[in-house]
Amino acid sequence: MATAWLPEVAATKASSEGSWVRNAMSLFVRVEPDNRVYIGARGPEIGQGVRTSLPMLIAEELDVEWDQVTVEQLPYGIVAADSKPGFVAKYGKQNAGGSTTIPQSWLELRQVGARVRDLFVRAAAQTWDIEASALQTKSGHVVKPDGSTLSYGELAPLAKTLVVAKDPVPLKPNAEFNIIGESIPVADARDIVTGQAQYGIDGVVAGHLVAVIERCPYRDGEVESYDDSGALAVAGVRHVVVLPNPPKDAFSEHLAAGVAVVADDTWSAMQGRKALKVKWHPGSWAADDTDVFRERAHAALKLEGEVARTDGDVSAAHSTAEEIVEAEYFQPFLAHATMEPMNATIDLGENRALLIASLQSPAAASRLISRLTGINPLNIEIQLPRSGGGFGRRGDNDFVAEAVHVAKAIKKPVKVIWSREDDLRNDWYRPSGAHGMSATLSAKNELTSWTHKVAATDRRFRIPYLAGRDPWLTCLDADAFPAGCVPNYLATFTAVPFGLPLGWWRAPLPTFVAFANQGFMDEVAHAAGIDPVEFRLNLLGEARELKYEGHGGPIFDTGRLSTVLQRAASNIRYGRELPKSHGIGIAAHFVFGAYSAHAFEVSVTAGTLNIHRCVCVADVGIPVNRLGLEAQLSGGTIDGISTALNLEVTLKQGKIEQSNFPDYRLLPMAGAPDVEVDIVETEHSPAGAGEMGTPTVAPALTNAIFAATGQRIRRLPIASQLET
Amino acid sequence: MAVKFSLNGSQTEFDGAADMPLLWYLRDYAGLTGTKFGCGIAACGSCTVHVDGEAVRSCVTPLDSLSGKSVTTIEGLAEDGKLHAVQQAWIEEDVPQCGYCQAGQLMAAANLLARDNDPNDESIAGITNLCRCGTYPRIRRAIRRAAEILSAGDKA
Repeated sequence: MATAWLPEVAATKASSEGSWVRNAMSLFVRVEPDNRVYIGARGPEIGQGVRTSLPMLIAEELDVEWDQVTVEQLPYGIVAADSKPGFVAKYGKQNAGGSTTIPQSWLELRQVGARVRDLFVRAAAQTWDIEASALQTKSGHVVKPDGSTLSYGELAPLAKTLVVAKDPVPLKPNAEFNIIGESIPVADARDIVTGQAQYGIDGVVAGHLVAVIERCPYRDGEVESYDDSGALAVAGVRHVVVLPNPPKDAFSEHLAAGVAVVADDTWSAMQGRKALKVKWHPGSWAADDTDVFRERAHAALKLEGEVARTDGDVSAAHSTAEEIVEAEYFQPFLAHATMEPMNATIDLGENRALLIASLQSPAAASRLISRLTGINPLNIEIQLPRSGGGFGRRGDNDFVAEAVHVAKAIKKPVKVIWSREDDLRNDWYRPSGAHGMSATLSAKNELTSWTHKVAATDRRFRIPYLAGRDPWLTCLDADAFPAGCVPNYLATFTAVPFGLPLGWWRAPLPTFVAFANQGFMDEVAHAAGIDPVEFRLNLLGEARELKYEGHGGPIFDTGRLSTVLQRAASNIRYGRELPKSHGIGIAAHFVFGAYSAHAFEVSVTAGTLNIHRCVCVADVGIPVNRLGLEAQLSGGTIDGISTALNLEVTLKQGKIEQSNFPDYRLLPMAGAPDVEVDIVETEHSPAGAGEMGTPTVAPALTNAIFAATGQRIRRLPIASQLET
Repeated sequence: MAVKFSLNGSQTEFDGAADMPLLWYLRDYAGLTGTKFGCGIAACGSCTVHVDGEAVRSCVTPLDSLSGKSVTTIEGLAEDGKLHAVQQAWIEEDVPQCGYCQAGQLMAAANLLARDNDPNDESIAGITNLCRCGTYPRIRRAIRRAAEILSAGDKA
């Protein structure tokens, strides 16, 4: 188990080892005399519930009641260290992404709670002059064999002076959990419903000005000329600043050339921007067209491609096949469209800085600010307010880079706010591409081979830190089922160039792949004359572990996927007689170490999809916060429906066509079904759930549409393709 | 000329840009950041407030239209520290995920219940505020719960 949260800090000029360790208790836990327990939440809270679930892990092992706990948000934290680069994490990892927070914290933060509990036990032992091993704890009290107690609050002054154990201490057996696995409401719900919760965009630094930026609509374009006289004449406008051009060989800072209008308040800045005149030099991507890209991607499927995995001999299987089934699928570019547009508030001093922003990668933001300003990261304070959505967008810190450039130019604190149009048009988009699927069936309708070719954008495009990864990153899942379940298997990838910056979009690889994988699996089942659920279950076979080298591995358990698939079928009462024109579709997939399935009952009337039932089943291992887990699965499902139905980003002549919600149509309440969430409980260590609910939605929907209407949809988004 | 209006029960006046949308006055001048910016064109509802009891999208409501009117924001929804029924229901049903759209949702829901204290599914579905996190199923439950709370309060 990693003890990274308690790094071995050698004696430095900053502090001695002893005092750092002594402070560990107050890093995460503080107990007041009235026995109120304050627990620090270290994660950036982006709606995935970690402000509640991480403190739950600590509270469990600390052995307090949840209603004794007040949660406090921790900032991004580093402490000086002798090792490179001169500092280490103070609270452990503080990233939100990849559904990694719960798995990484599961043992680590339980150890925090357990070791702080151990301090109270030892403090009581000292106070009572009794062996620590004779003592128990309950509800924030240490209990003597005779039943008398001392509260943690009473013991805190002494406990704080003791040295936290350096080695792991025993954790509670799962059967004794009082908090983990319970349904705990969002810790700061009251703040949210009274308008008190702070988001990045609400950040205030004394004397800050507000900036909005007119950005080049073309990738790699530049300012050719500009006239700021109109902007400067608007009341309240103080400065007009031309941003430096972003590097042309890397997406490592801000994404677009731009001109910032800086004013006393947001409205003045926006009015100033309207009066600004900028002529753009379009740059080399000015002909980008997503219709052309789609044609190129499908054409590129004819190329051999780079082999990501090959088992057996797929071409031999083709030459001896009784039947060959083939189909091509397509995934469009997607924007993240977090409800809170990008923003950053920054205060730069000579050798200190303060950042207030909604973030997913504060460590990377710290490094970025340091690189752009020369300020030592130890002197860069980064607050972690609530984030109005992340979905992977805020894993990139381009909006921080912009704020730094403006602040450097005006030498004043500044808040940069993006409009919705800015936000949709300056994103790190979900990759786009085509899937070439083929399968062979024997005379007995057995699946003898499966081929998954992808021709798509190369996710590593101009991203230096991804240079060493496989070209098919986030677009091709070489080990996805049915790999390992079929004797002949081939997965290949061909890169198709396009100018857009690419980023992490909620369950990047599974969302991109499951649509084709599970849609085509349905097609093969139908070609074989076998029920689609039965077909999958036969293929999954008996429960066994197959290798899975992608994120969430190292193994994939066929039994766990079978279970969620069967439960989804059972919950929707698969196989029952349906009303005329209704159909049921199902899909299942392995997502980052967890197993999810969706089942939909739909009908289509006059080109409109009606969702009659929506079932979501997931096995994430041990649930931490049951209410929060249900929320993630339900919300992820609605996200999946919203996206599959209506969402895509298109370009014509180098410019993004979408501008605001009327043409990037998020699902409204009227279109959102109730989601019947069912959690399959297993004893495995928990996987993260933030991304689980989305990938199987699109294929389950298109499979249901086929069952209802006979129309097979192989390209997203769905809505405009539904036959009237 | 200064615009004068009532804001969460107190008289306020502003002699800045008369065309400034109420949203930006609230956030930049009144210190009330509970009302949020999502789109700027009244498409998402994150900026919903009440003006003379009506639900209004403040991002397109210029200050000079508010003369003599009464504005309530999310910060003023609870009266004398007592949560409004929708706020209580929202907590009971654990509605928020990221929470950014929720102030607007609450203001829209409070207005719906003021007009119709027992809304059916169709009227609830008439709320067009967007939620990127997809909390809609719990919003529906919370509105029904709030209606129960209000009707229990009437009987009390």
